[in-house]
Amino acid sequence: MTTTKLTGAEILMKSLLAEGVTTLFGYPGGAIMPVFDALYDYRDRLHHILVRHEQGAIHSAEGYARVSGKVGVCLVTSGPGATNTVTGIADAMLDSTPVVVIAGQVGAKMLGTDAFQECDIVNVTQPITKWAYQIRSAEDVAPAIKKAFYIAQSGRPGPVVLDFTKNAQNETAIYKDSKIGFLRSYEAVPPTSPQSITEAAELINAAKKPLVLIGQGVELGGAQEEVRQLIEKADLPAGCTLLGLSCLPSAHPLNVGMLGMHGSLASNVKTQECDLLIAIGMRFDDRITGNISTYACQAKKIHFDIDPAEINKNVSVDVAVLGNCKETVAQVSALVKPNQHKHWRESFNDHLEKENRIVIEPEVHPSDGPIKMGEVVNKVSTHAHEKAIIVTDVGQNQMMAARYSRFTLNRSIVTSGGMGTMGFGLPAAVGATFGAPERTVCLFVGDGGFQMTIEELGTIMENQCPVKIVLLNNNFLGNVRQWQELFFQRRYSFTHMLSPDYSKIAEAYHIPYRLVTERKGLDVAIQQMLDTNGPYLLEVAVMEEDNVLPMCCPGNDVDDMILDI
Amino acid sequence: MTTEEGKTLYTLIIFSENVAGLLNEITSVFTRRQINIESLNVSASSIEGLHRYTITCWSDECTIKKVNKQIEKKIGVVRSNFFTSTEIYIQEVALFKLSTPKILEHGEISRLIRLHAGKIVEVNPTYAIVTIEGMTNEILSLFHQLMEWDCVLQYVRSGAIAITKDTRELLDEYLVERKKRFLASK
Repeated sequence: MTTTKLTGAEILMKSLLAEGVTTLFGYPGGAIMPVFDALYDYRDRLHHILVRHEQGAIHSAEGYARVSGKVGVCLVTSGPGATNTVTGIADAMLDSTPVVVIAGQVGAKMLGTDAFQECDIVNVTQPITKWAYQIRSAEDVAPAIKKAFYIAQSGRPGPVVLDFTKNAQNETAIYKDSKIGFLRSYEAVPPTSPQSITEAAELINAAKKPLVLIGQGVELGGAQEEVRQLIEKADLPAGCTLLGLSCLPSAHPLNVGMLGMHGSLASNVKTQECDLLIAIGMRFDDRITGNISTYACQAKKIHFDIDPAEINKNVSVDVAVLGNCKETVAQVSALVKPNQHKHWRESFNDHLEKENRIVIEPEVHPSDGPIKMGEVVNKVSTHAHEKAIIVTDVGQNQMMAARYSRFTLNRSIVTSGGMGTMGFGLPAAVGATFGAPERTVCLFVGDGGFQMTIEELGTIMENQCPVKIVLLNNNFLGNVRQWQELFFQRRYSFTHMLSPDYSKIAEAYHIPYRLVTERKGLDVAIQQMLDTNGPYLLEVAVMEEDNVLPMCCPGNDVDDMILDI
Repeated sequence: MTTEEGKTLYTLIIFSENVAGLLNEITSVFTRRQINIESLNVSASSIEGLHRYTITCWSDECTIKKVNKQIEKKIGVVRSNFFTSTEIYIQEVALFKLSTPKILEHGEISRLIRLHAGKIVEVNPTYAIVTIEGMTNEILSLFHQLMEWDCVLQYVRSGAIAITKDTRELLDEYLVERKKRFLASK
């Protein structure tokens, strides 16, 4: 064992390597300079991506984590550097994304004195992190990093903030890699009650009209195959949440579409008719349930989750199966009898057909008029052979991307679900290109969200990140405009937005660009975008006042969906 | 104890690691749900390195279960349990600083102190300090009666502290189970 003393900053480098970190997203500044200085000697092993704003760093770390399943790491300075990551930290908390934010901090002796760029980031982020901790000595660096990575990625993943005082970066200690010991205050995976497994299997065996709700927990637990086997064995129709969309191939015969506000008519209507709801790794968000007091009241409910605090939080359930769904779903599956629910499954068809006729066909295959968002998404999905990672921003672009992308591979949807963070898309797509360099990354973004983090085009330019940016430009903050149309008598209060000349922006950043305004040029442009090495900005002038349908209006019963306006 | 709105007085007994900021994290669970904390007491527990919180609040069973789980989810919190008043033995301490001339003037004040088993711990010509232990309502009753004699110079009440009446020691059992599971997973 070495007895050489290293600075806290050097210990951080060694600790990150010990955690298998290869990529960091960051931005230097005063209180983190010793760390950046140490990083200079580790450039060959720790690939640091210099973003253009700390919000970009955290969203990139999120995108990286979401596609790779590894922890995204973000390195920023104190004060504004740290506070600029707050939105992304909250985003990662709501969407259970494993990220570790390492933020510089003033020296321990200056804490609490309102020193230059001092901000109590531990207190600021405590409610929006899985763990927030201040490192005040060099000895504490290695154990803190070990614990941070363990907490971020184990159990229900989430963000961790490490507030790294400058003295701890400069002081020296002996580096020792250690293992995580017994933590009496943290149990990553709660024990599974064998009774819950039996009861869940019995309910599934007895169900005549079962419906499975697949959430991102399936992706996080790596349980896609186990879930597929369960639904195929017992013939269970399944809907996916927004974040769970790529857990089950879109074309799987048992996949009945996305759940919730802009989900498929069939999955929402059948939620109110099923006799058994089987929720796996999802948390009954209000965008899924609509009016909670009427939500699936007729059904018995099983909830598979790794987080005990999610059980009975929003919806009371009959059987809670705690634990890692990769194991619990397999255990239940073993007790489930092969079954057929032909009539029940066929009863979805009328709704699927109705939605297809009234909503999907006019959106995806319009014969004339302006280009529609769904049409663009559908074509991109087709040209990318349904294999691309789809990153979205937030708003209509997000819902259209979710509704009309088709997924065949796991970990293929990266979107801000719980927080609905506009500006998430572009930096998250940057992160995705590093997290899954072998895959095509397509970003759907609106003109509003694009301008929120547009500075990350600089990161794309410098690193030649192969993000295929599809800018769906409707000159509106489209989703808010849609709500104004529906609920505020078309009083378009500050939702019309003037855009810059994106061709010039693309030119300034040396990013290939093309504008499509006519339907006939769309296919060629998409193919050209996908064929181009490196980044590409494809701007599509889409119908200005298009609406995302169907829609379950806020507070309405989940099966009360409007199909046209 | 139940109010007209169907709210029950719950006592949460929480054990946590002794780390800075955890009190804030725990109380934020209440504030997010707009639950008013009636009393709060934190001190070292009988287990080394663990702090014991006693928090009382009015709530309903459904909500308190969620609060309890959300507290237990915090990294640093070892265990959180909630109890109704019948499941625990609960005590508070109050200190009164009373005017000595008033005590001498009205014999009823001394009688009240004796009636509530108050202890006079310091006396001088200006004031007397009285301590009393008991249930919240007993202490409040003495306070209101003393106020009528206009003799109270200062008054303070500690947060409630509580011991469970269960014959099993839940935390000990929990930690043994947890350790077993941890070793089994290795």
